[in-house]
Amino acid sequence: MNKAKVKKYLIDTWLTIRFPILAIILGLFVGALAMIWVGIQDGMTFSETLMQPVNGYRALFVSVFGSAYGFGESLVYAVPLMLTGLSIAFAFRCGLFNIGAEGQYIAGSFAAAYVGFTFSHLPTPLQLLLAIIAGGLAGGLWAAFAGWLKAKRGVHEVITTIMMNHIAFYVYNFLVSDVFKAQNYQGSHAINPDIRLPRFEIFAPSRAHYGIFIALLAAIIVYIILWKTKIGFEVRAVGLKATAANYAGIDVAKKFVIAMFISGILSGLAGGAHLLGTMRRAPSLGSFPNYGFDGIAVALIGQNHPVGVVLASLLFAFMKRGAPIMQAQAGIAKEVVSIVQASIIFFVAADQIVKWFFRRKTKKSAKIEVTMNE
Amino acid sequence: MQLAIEMKNIIKKFPGVIANNNITFELRKGEIHALLGENGAGKSTLMNVLYGLYEPEEGEIFVNGNKVVISEPNKAIELGIGMVHQHFMLVEPFTVVENIVLGKETKKNGLLDMNTARKEVVELSKEYGLEVDPDARIRDISVGMQQRVEILKALYRGAEILILDEPTAVLTPHEIDDLIKIMRKLTELGKSIVFITHKLKEVKSACDRVTVIRRGEGVGTVDTSSASIEDLAELMVGRKVLLRVDKKDANTTTKCLEVKNIRVKDNRELIAIEDLTFSIKYGEILGIAGIEGNGQTELIEALAGLRTIENGQIILDSQDITNKTIRERFNLGLAHIPEDRHKHGLVLDFSIAENTVLQNFYKSPFSKGIFLNYDAINDHANSLVAKYDVRTPGIETFAKNLSGGNQQKVILAREIERNPKLIIAAQPTRGLDVGAIEFIHRRLVEQRDAGNAVLLISLELEETMSLSDRIMVMYEGKIAGEMDASDATENKLGILMAGGQLNGGELNE
Repeated sequence: MNKAKVKKYLIDTWLTIRFPILAIILGLFVGALAMIWVGIQDGMTFSETLMQPVNGYRALFVSVFGSAYGFGESLVYAVPLMLTGLSIAFAFRCGLFNIGAEGQYIAGSFAAAYVGFTFSHLPTPLQLLLAIIAGGLAGGLWAAFAGWLKAKRGVHEVITTIMMNHIAFYVYNFLVSDVFKAQNYQGSHAINPDIRLPRFEIFAPSRAHYGIFIALLAAIIVYIILWKTKIGFEVRAVGLKATAANYAGIDVAKKFVIAMFISGILSGLAGGAHLLGTMRRAPSLGSFPNYGFDGIAVALIGQNHPVGVVLASLLFAFMKRGAPIMQAQAGIAKEVVSIVQASIIFFVAADQIVKWFFRRKTKKSAKIEVTMNE
Repeated sequence: MQLAIEMKNIIKKFPGVIANNNITFELRKGEIHALLGENGAGKSTLMNVLYGLYEPEEGEIFVNGNKVVISEPNKAIELGIGMVHQHFMLVEPFTVVENIVLGKETKKNGLLDMNTARKEVVELSKEYGLEVDPDARIRDISVGMQQRVEILKALYRGAEILILDEPTAVLTPHEIDDLIKIMRKLTELGKSIVFITHKLKEVKSACDRVTVIRRGEGVGTVDTSSASIEDLAELMVGRKVLLRVDKKDANTTTKCLEVKNIRVKDNRELIAIEDLTFSIKYGEILGIAGIEGNGQTELIEALAGLRTIENGQIILDSQDITNKTIRERFNLGLAHIPEDRHKHGLVLDFSIAENTVLQNFYKSPFSKGIFLNYDAINDHANSLVAKYDVRTPGIETFAKNLSGGNQQKVILAREIERNPKLIIAAQPTRGLDVGAIEFIHRRLVEQRDAGNAVLLISLELEETMSLSDRIMVMYEGKIAGEMDASDATENKLGILMAGGQLNGGELNE
């Protein structure tokens, strides 16, 4: 690899990540304003008000990086966020908007739990492996159905996946609160405790578990599939220009099913890994767990790239971990973190605003793109 | 003679490129002035400077003799300069009147007054002979009509000077004639027109003077009457250009493609092709002439496998491909240079390298097992780029960053290098400059001489006539007539294209 190539690569990387980074900074800034506003509402003095964001963000930071325990706890959230983020990013690379990660997550949790409380006569490692595979497969099939509906009947995946989220939610609750309900518990039978995913000693007593390896491995595999394999080539071609892919002899409809299947596997793994890492049983759900929906934001901020998704999922995990601590220690409502998250999403989605900042500075370089496109 | 526009020593630089290097341009009042140059020569840049889209680094602009600084399009409009862009800026679901007044609406008591607006638009269109249906929706009218709406939009804003950016690129031959008539009428009524183009014939037939730009430099301004088409081509490209295709007689052998009684429906489920039968031999170029929308697109798509046929049979190289998939057809020796290179030919956000293996990526040596072999793909791409003279910084460049001519060369290279037996070339030179056209024509003739068959579908009669060995005219989904290219004249083909009949070479309408 020569120097020029490395330099070009670094420049390309910077051009890709500068928008999300600026969006994050702007999001934190909006959050700071919210904290100041909260301070004014509480009748603080001027100097106290100005210290609000400092205290708030310090509490957030310390809650994650102040202790091995805190960091470990945020890793617990990173696992499902990373996987659902990858799931949505993968579908998006094929031009599909998988809003159904939530439902696939739920399907994955149940399938993993089912193996966990049913096949306890199997050797432990085999049962664990089977539980993970079942989780992925359940999510994959749940999503592939939506892909199949699009391929065969042209039904838009946004509609079907949203509806299938609700179907998954109620079927799941029916199964764990009725068919497989454990006595005296709000949830299913207990999972064989031996197949719980191992936990990290160094982050003890946090719940941080080896599921993070599944998530990181998935990120690497997604990268390889997208950019090193034939199926990834086809998926990206369909996502970037379905008409040209079709012209070139790529079976577009089939790619929709395959991409949704792979996407669903990732969301299913999110459900399975989170369950096998942190829970004793599949609990009945009062509301959606939201990892699937947050995954949309993670994919968006991560620019649908595995590396970006990994980083974005960590950011969201840190905020998820820090929000309640911030409320307890700095007295700032944890909803402020939701404001920060929402603002970041807003600024990434409204990237025209962010790009406008850059364009002010580099008016000329923006124009060269225009001429090149002529 | 009074000058409407004077641009003196304009320099416009982009990082790494000097798009306009010291160009001087004068537009007289009441003339049609062609701005001629190859793609990427800097014509559009110069006019964008005039329209206030770019700020030049150096140079002065005078409008009607007064020095002006045009910092934005609104300023240009104020000065009476209007521009019709190559890609129309119209709101499809809006009506003609709504589009024309958009942004300059007439108001009465703070409410929209469409009646007055409509009256004004109708008057304007009568005055300039730009007939349009004021109440039709943009999406329902033809491209030629849409262009009239764009011109009316500029006139409605008080334009005295009109810049038309490649206005004929999207028009049929008949529409081009109409446009030229309209331009004449406009100049008679005192307007001045800048006509950006790279088509030499139009410069000769429509323009009073022509300024030629080559690689960002002004080559000179001449009266069109004093320069031949060959002179203009040489000025534009900087070397002698072969305008007629130089080819030997065809050496045909057996049948390569046989189309038997096919029936094809269009997107609206209406019959587009009815009972069509023809064949192409190895070693021949069959040209299909016809006005756009007479079934050519459906025919191409049916042959390429992009559209299912209702009835009939397609045989390629003695194999029935009627029900074969697109990929199977490619593997049996079909190549397809598609009509719309952005929609079908290229994945614009893929690199050149990826685009060169769009069909064959799954075959050895471009992949091994489930993995792609980027070394082989890159080697292949590099050799194609060199062999077909694709001007690009490298094979990693996105297809969208290439000029139209170079994009087309990538497609041509990819298709020819797959060693096809039949090449479907649909409008292979649309929107390209003479240099690229010459290159592409020569490659197609080479393929014919190598014994392969070429099916050429073009809306440019001249191209069809000079390239083909045999010409077939399509009208309303049927073959209106067929003749050897040596017997074909523009007149004969024109009659068939319009639905008329020939009788022993005599007109019989």
